[in-house]
Amino acid sequence: MPAVQETVDRVRQIDVDQYKYGFVTDVESEKAPIGLSEDTVRYISAKKNEPAWMLEWRLEAFKRWLTMREPTWARVDYPKIDYQNAYYYSAPKKKPELSSLDEVDPQILETYKKLGIPLREQEMLAGVVRKDADGNVLAERRVAVDAVFDSVSVATTFKEELKRAGVIFMPMSEAIQQHPELVRKYLGSVVPTTDNFFATLNSAVFSDGSFVYVPPGVRCPMELSTYFRINEANTGQFERTLIIADKGAYVSYLEGCTAPMRDENQLHAAVVELVTHDDAEIKYSTVQNWYPGDADGKGGIFNFVTKRGDCRGKNSKISWTQVETGSAITWKYPSCILRGDGSRGEFYSIAISNGMQQVDSGTKMIHLGKNTTSRIISKGISAGKSNNTYRGLVTAHRKATGARNFTNCDSLLIGDQCGAHTVPYIEAKNSSAVFEHEASTSKISEDMLFYCRSRGMSAEEATALVVNGFVKDVLQQLPMEFAVEAQNLISISLEGSVG
Amino acid sequence: MLLEIKNLHVEVADKKILNGLNLTIEKGQVAAIMGPNGSGKSTFSYVLAGKDAYNITEGDILLDGESILELAPDERAAKGIFLAFQYPVEVPGVATMTFLRTALNAQRKLRGEGEYSTPDFIKLVRETSAKLGVSQEHLRRAVNVGFSGGEKKRNEILQMAILQPRLAILDETDSGLDIDALKIVSEGVNRLRSPERSMIVITHYQRLLNYIVPDVVHVMSKGRVVKSGGKELALELEAKGYAQYTDEAA
Repeated sequence: MPAVQETVDRVRQIDVDQYKYGFVTDVESEKAPIGLSEDTVRYISAKKNEPAWMLEWRLEAFKRWLTMREPTWARVDYPKIDYQNAYYYSAPKKKPELSSLDEVDPQILETYKKLGIPLREQEMLAGVVRKDADGNVLAERRVAVDAVFDSVSVATTFKEELKRAGVIFMPMSEAIQQHPELVRKYLGSVVPTTDNFFATLNSAVFSDGSFVYVPPGVRCPMELSTYFRINEANTGQFERTLIIADKGAYVSYLEGCTAPMRDENQLHAAVVELVTHDDAEIKYSTVQNWYPGDADGKGGIFNFVTKRGDCRGKNSKISWTQVETGSAITWKYPSCILRGDGSRGEFYSIAISNGMQQVDSGTKMIHLGKNTTSRIISKGISAGKSNNTYRGLVTAHRKATGARNFTNCDSLLIGDQCGAHTVPYIEAKNSSAVFEHEASTSKISEDMLFYCRSRGMSAEEATALVVNGFVKDVLQQLPMEFAVEAQNLISISLEGSVG
Repeated sequence: MLLEIKNLHVEVADKKILNGLNLTIEKGQVAAIMGPNGSGKSTFSYVLAGKDAYNITEGDILLDGESILELAPDERAAKGIFLAFQYPVEVPGVATMTFLRTALNAQRKLRGEGEYSTPDFIKLVRETSAKLGVSQEHLRRAVNVGFSGGEKKRNEILQMAILQPRLAILDETDSGLDIDALKIVSEGVNRLRSPERSMIVITHYQRLLNYIVPDVVHVMSKGRVVKSGGKELALELEAKGYAQYTDEAA
């Protein structure tokens, strides 16, 4: 992907601000009035021309939210958020219905070009031939992209081909109009509107997101992908994503995020719900690179995300892979409810913190069904003055006989001013459960760096190499082209972390 | 003359390790440095390669007549200095192949040369590793992780063969090797001998010098070179021990 290399090169040239996506696109936008009230919820719902049941759902969530309090148990510290001093809806001021890429505002397309997003179908179809280290040609992969610009999805590629396969892949706002029966059946069925402060807020004001439904027995013919990007100043972004894999279906989904630089903290509270029926599988990958704030920790995205998958059917599987490099605050625990007998949950995570970043992330594996298995591989890397916490829950209920979990949490420290913390919660309510937990914390050693440098690598090249080795187990879980992108991102995130 | 060490004084945590070391290495010369434990041999090799934590209080190191004291380890590597470690470091998760390519391209970049293309690089590594009897499986394994003593040392020689340094420092390459591994590693080193390449072979025992025959032998004691001679000096040391030199230097 030459676009990625180009971006990487460009970033290297920026001295003043190391954040590579710090630009703002000048597009006229339409906003909801500032603040949050029942009227705001009604405004958003009306803007999207939603049916009455959707508005009711939102209002109920909003009422609930008013009674809730912001959670404080995470190891993160941030100034109080003024929920009345933010905009909850912002859409590019253009006609919202777009039938082809030609209709998309050229400036928006330009923004995506800067980000190296392969939005244009022809580029994708042309399929650049890429080779691996041994010179073998990699299987050509195609990715369908649903791009979300601020709060409105602007274009979805590959609609036709997906349609033929019977796969529904569209913005949530469209799904509400076109497939209300599916949305009503599944929305909030994994993360209920009452779930937690941020998820409830999302339920009230979510703007858009992706909806995927893969019918029984269908293997989705391509990777699905959504890029989120926060552009408008002071606009919280509240995406809502819902993915359903019906019996025997398979889908791999990638979410990538970048945001332009802003002085004010920006709130981001997304909800992602996954449902797998019998023998179905969902693989959900995230590469997150939001603005982490400047060297003093000023600005930066607050990322409070609720992601949960429900292995509802027998022998179904949900796999989360995440590469988290951005945001000032990360509060995120992609989880699996292993309800169906024989179901499997996986969580592979790389969380990198540098500068003043604070990360509190991990997973929950909730074993309810018999013979359910789960695997957690977490790699935390702390540099600068950052703090990085792994928080994970593994639990087996009374009926979950034969439940098994393997957890491996490794932390790597770069420098002597950062912190790594591991907080595992393990509960087994039946005697047949077998849970294994391994954890390690290490410092990137001077000897290792000297060894690499004595071979000709700069301090930064050496650090990037060592870190990439440390996270290799997780990188391997990502689709190939994103693994390359993630590897570059890791190097960029750690720039300036070694003296 | 390739390398010239002038009156080098080095301290680590206020302890004097090198104490007015003088040494010259000619182009294409293989010089053995022998000495008892604690004579400063390993410190000397680290100082040449540019490791931090060593305080150079006096003296200079000249490569091609220019001081390299201010150069970082990677800059020295790009100038052709290579250290084969006594204890090669493990780099978990990084395939040997990846490590070699990153190192070679980093050096080439510093020298203003173009990077190797993937096919050219693979060809280079395949040919080189075949000559050294290094398997393809070895190249896929993480650098030094789970390697036996012999495999680690052979991996150092492989790196040297790929990086093609002008000055190779072999720090106790024989330590931890059985006789078979010693032969294999020595053969690899001998294959790399050339009029364009100088080597400093640091060893405690004469045994290694049966396989890598030096042009000159220097005896080091208490941070200085106390005696220099031909290869027969090594045999004399083997017979009489280091005691005479340690006493002399005291």
